[in-house]
Amino acid sequence: MKNRRPNGRYGDDKVIDACAVFGVMNLSGESIAFRDPVRAMNCMQERTNGLGSGFAVYGIYPDYKDAYAFHIMYMDHHVKQPVENFLEKNFRVLLKEEIPTSEAEVWKPPLTWRYFVEPIPLRVRTKERSEEDYVLDRVMEINTSKIGSALVFSSGKNMGVFKGVGYPEDIAQYFCLDEYEGYMWICHGRYPTNTPGWWGGAHPFNILDWSVAHNGELSSYGVNWRFLKTYGYKCTMQTDTEVITYAFDLLVGRHGIPVEVVSKILAPPFWDEIDQMPENQRKLLVAFRQTYGDLLMNGPFSVITGRQGEMLCLTDRIKLRPLTVGINGDFMYMSSEEAAIRAVSPTLEKVWNPNGGEIVVGRIKASTVLEIQIASREMRKKL
Amino acid sequence: MKTYIPPEYIVERDITRCNKCKICVEECTYYVHFYSSEKDEVSSLNQNCINCQRCVVFCPKQAITIRRNPNLYREKFHWTHETIFTIKKQAETGSVVLTGMGCDKPHMTYWDKLLINASQVTNPSIDPLREPIEIRKYLGKKPKKLEFKNNGDTVSLKTDIAPQLLLETPIMFAAMSYGAVNLNVHKALAMAAAECGTYFNCGEGGLHPSLHHYGKHTIVQVASGRFGVNIDYLKVGAAVEIKIGQGAKPGIGGHLPGEKVNDEIAKTRMIPVGTDALSPAPHHDIYSIEDLKQLVYALKEVTDYKKPVAVKIAAVHNIAAIASGVVHSGADILVVDGVRGSTGAAPKVIRDNVGIPIELALASVDKRLRDEGIRGEVSIVASGGIRNSADLVKAIALGADAVYIGTAALIAIGCTLCQKCYTGKCPWGITTTDPKLARRVDPVAASKRLVNLITAWSIEIKEILGGMGMNYIESLRGNREQLRGVELTENELKVLGVKPAGY
Amino acid sequence: MGATFIDVDKNVRLKVKERLARINAEGIAYHELNMLIKKLLNRGFGKIEIFNVCGQRYLGIGLKDKAEFKVYGIPGNNLGAFMEGPEILVYGNVQDGCGNTMSDGLIAVHGCAGDVLGYSMRGGKIFVRGDVGYRAGIHMKGLHSNPTLVIGRYAGAFLGEYMAGGIILLLGLSLGETRSKLRFVGTGMHGGVIYLRGTTAHVGKGAKIIEVDESDMSVIRGLTREFCNCFNLNYDELICGNFSKIVPLSQRPYEKLYS
Repeated sequence: MKNRRPNGRYGDDKVIDACAVFGVMNLSGESIAFRDPVRAMNCMQERTNGLGSGFAVYGIYPDYKDAYAFHIMYMDHHVKQPVENFLEKNFRVLLKEEIPTSEAEVWKPPLTWRYFVEPIPLRVRTKERSEEDYVLDRVMEINTSKIGSALVFSSGKNMGVFKGVGYPEDIAQYFCLDEYEGYMWICHGRYPTNTPGWWGGAHPFNILDWSVAHNGELSSYGVNWRFLKTYGYKCTMQTDTEVITYAFDLLVGRHGIPVEVVSKILAPPFWDEIDQMPENQRKLLVAFRQTYGDLLMNGPFSVITGRQGEMLCLTDRIKLRPLTVGINGDFMYMSSEEAAIRAVSPTLEKVWNPNGGEIVVGRIKASTVLEIQIASREMRKKL
Repeated sequence: MKTYIPPEYIVERDITRCNKCKICVEECTYYVHFYSSEKDEVSSLNQNCINCQRCVVFCPKQAITIRRNPNLYREKFHWTHETIFTIKKQAETGSVVLTGMGCDKPHMTYWDKLLINASQVTNPSIDPLREPIEIRKYLGKKPKKLEFKNNGDTVSLKTDIAPQLLLETPIMFAAMSYGAVNLNVHKALAMAAAECGTYFNCGEGGLHPSLHHYGKHTIVQVASGRFGVNIDYLKVGAAVEIKIGQGAKPGIGGHLPGEKVNDEIAKTRMIPVGTDALSPAPHHDIYSIEDLKQLVYALKEVTDYKKPVAVKIAAVHNIAAIASGVVHSGADILVVDGVRGSTGAAPKVIRDNVGIPIELALASVDKRLRDEGIRGEVSIVASGGIRNSADLVKAIALGADAVYIGTAALIAIGCTLCQKCYTGKCPWGITTTDPKLARRVDPVAASKRLVNLITAWSIEIKEILGGMGMNYIESLRGNREQLRGVELTENELKVLGVKPAGY
Repeated sequence: MGATFIDVDKNVRLKVKERLARINAEGIAYHELNMLIKKLLNRGFGKIEIFNVCGQRYLGIGLKDKAEFKVYGIPGNNLGAFMEGPEILVYGNVQDGCGNTMSDGLIAVHGCAGDVLGYSMRGGKIFVRGDVGYRAGIHMKGLHSNPTLVIGRYAGAFLGEYMAGGIILLLGLSLGETRSKLRFVGTGMHGGVIYLRGTTAHVGKGAKIIEVDESDMSVIRGLTREFCNCFNLNYDELICGNFSKIVPLSQRPYEKLYS
């Protein structure tokens, strides 16, 4: 079968898997160690089967916080040199090293390296591209040309994804996550039904500084990926999570749609509700449907998405997946099951299950140095 | 509104034979035949005839013939009579057109393109009439490895094997709910299953208390509406089956029209009398694959892990990946129901257009589970239009452990596939809950017919196996080398995993 | 108050006194916990208290015993599923599938509930002090039994979807912050009744809102009193307020849809 990919080796339309998702953020930007996220994931073991888990951790590379931290896995050692040559050609590589690992019960780990890179200014400076688009395109180039051999699985600034085939505590041990502390952790545990063994298939999925942990299945996948393709996003992983992540990057990152409102595209209200709204709002929502109707995510989903300084969660518009949000002091939690939150924070000041299509956003308080890119890349280019 | 639809059938009565005994008037449930005392003759209303053949069979003088109305529209391939009738009917009613039984469209029936091997010279056939041929099956999760205890000079088994169903023949009666069929039919199926050493699936309408003593031969079903489900129900059966979908109408759920919901049905299903029992497809606690695991284990907990839990899915796209997901959820038996599966009621447009043939689905699922190394985690039961022992043998060669028969069982009892099950007026007394009509099925006589059918097929299976030189049915399971294809494209042969005839 | 330990797995901390057993469930997987509960019930313990519950599934599943349970913490999915008899008091929130297909007994939640609460319940009672999630009471049924669901505050969309019997009462207590209007209440219902106190609702296909009459009020008063006793609430405060009733449009809402 043509284009047989490691994340879909049987030629199915896409990978089907079950999942548990969890996110924790300190709203003052203080660091969180690995123990709580891992304990929360362990509590939800019934939803997974140890064949894939991962963590996206934000705020872990303060010394290189302005560089893009590429985490790359090599399934085939021979492509390492060509990939590094490619990086040298297109970026200034500030540091490259193997991601520290230790012994753990994980299944056939590939080689994983990290590279702190900055785009070379000359190469970026064109009217059409912003720096992020440049980086995005380069990442896509590596991922589409080296399918099955090399994968850039994390490409944001001052953050990194650590994922693979194993239970959460084993992945945490393998990647020495006890040595990292970040203000936000997005975690995922999966049980894949047809692609055991490929590390790249684990989640969270990441592009630039967007990381997504997703539970569910998109019946609209075929429409979503085709739409994203017209905007230059090449879906290679045959997972719904990839499509959701690109959708966030397109809508919020490139087109500047405020994050609070993006749920009205991904999980909009029904027409009968829209028809009853005040004119301004109605016009906006109809315009969304007309322009971005192909990005309506149909089918059960709950996602926890992170980017610099922000953590958000959303379920599908008829809420077919569980999601609980909890707050205790400066800590904000999002989880597939409330029990996972209670396992790390038995007391909660506030806990609730958001409605379907209702986005909940946690944001770093303004007093810290971290800035959130509010304007779109296209806007910022003009400034 | 005046109907523009002409009668589909013409009732021809040979008046030289007709002795006006009025048996046809009595037997017909569609008000076709009537006796006019003025004219002293029996006449018919062609418009009402649905060609169930009841009057033809029961007329003592064989005076009745039912003919297709020759006065139909000009023959066309695209706009067939059926498509035209359907449009006119919808114009008259504004509603969804229902139908019963299985898809009758000319989609490929792959069974007819597959041929079975026989031994010649290189290994001997085995004579089934005089030598033993084993067709017993165990359905359930099989261990990957066994462990033993050595007690001096005896060896005993240490491994606990997951609960299994014992079948003396690889044929079971498919799920037909109490409500879709009546209690007499259920009783006949239960009695026949017990006598043949196999099982009947009571479907999603619950199990009537009078049949609880057949529990050892019953597979109880849990569908989205959870009709009749309580602890006793779960514990009385030999296995519990979670119905995710059925081949006749993948994606939509059970549909029992209100006409068929009488007191007993209402009591068993726990809904008001006369109301439609709609159980739309999703289990509302299964919206994602990990939820299936949750329900499978919930049922295992309730039944103390003593009964196999089966999951029934309809054959649709990506069936192999879905099957893999079901296996990973802990199910012991996987039932795959193809597009030809029957139903008591379904929208015609869904029945005829949604779902794929069981032959392709089965081959694909068996291969995928083997490739993933998890084939032993489940037994596969295939269903959806299995018509005879040849279809059954081919199904086993493609990978099935056993089959469910539904349509064939009802035909044995008397069904003539007139496809009007949803009206509740079944003249053969099968898919009706009207007590007067239900009496037309005598459970003892009907069960005899079923036992005869199973016996005949079992002998035929042995004949075919013997002809192939096998005396053990497991030697055929998934053994695609015993099949060859004719008139199949390269892709079809590839999916089926079968070589073209001649090789 | 002497307590004795009985012979169980060394991981389990268990105390017993007469017919009361107390279990510390911390770190115990659901299967072991449920087996322990069954063992205790078989030995005649009629009262079981379970502490430090965090996510264990299927507590109380399939039990017929008329035992009393007190659960402290957050039980996992499917609490009391298929049960037919016990009384389970939960001091904490419950997750999804609580009371799934139950036939009898009582579940009282001093907190909130997740989605598909009381899915296809066919008997018994569920009381929830706070909010419930989506699809509460979906497929509730009962020809001669009367499954009952009383909700203290708010319910997500699709309350009572496909209801075919039983009673749902939503008291809408102290809705401090604004929650959106209830949507698709009673969609597809063809039996049973839903009572709402003081909240606006968007009624789903096949259902209609009508006024309550005296016999309805009598039912409402009885249930409200029971609810208040259970959670120590002020009955007089609760019972005032306007109640409305949601019933099926017809017994066969889809009759004309199919031919």
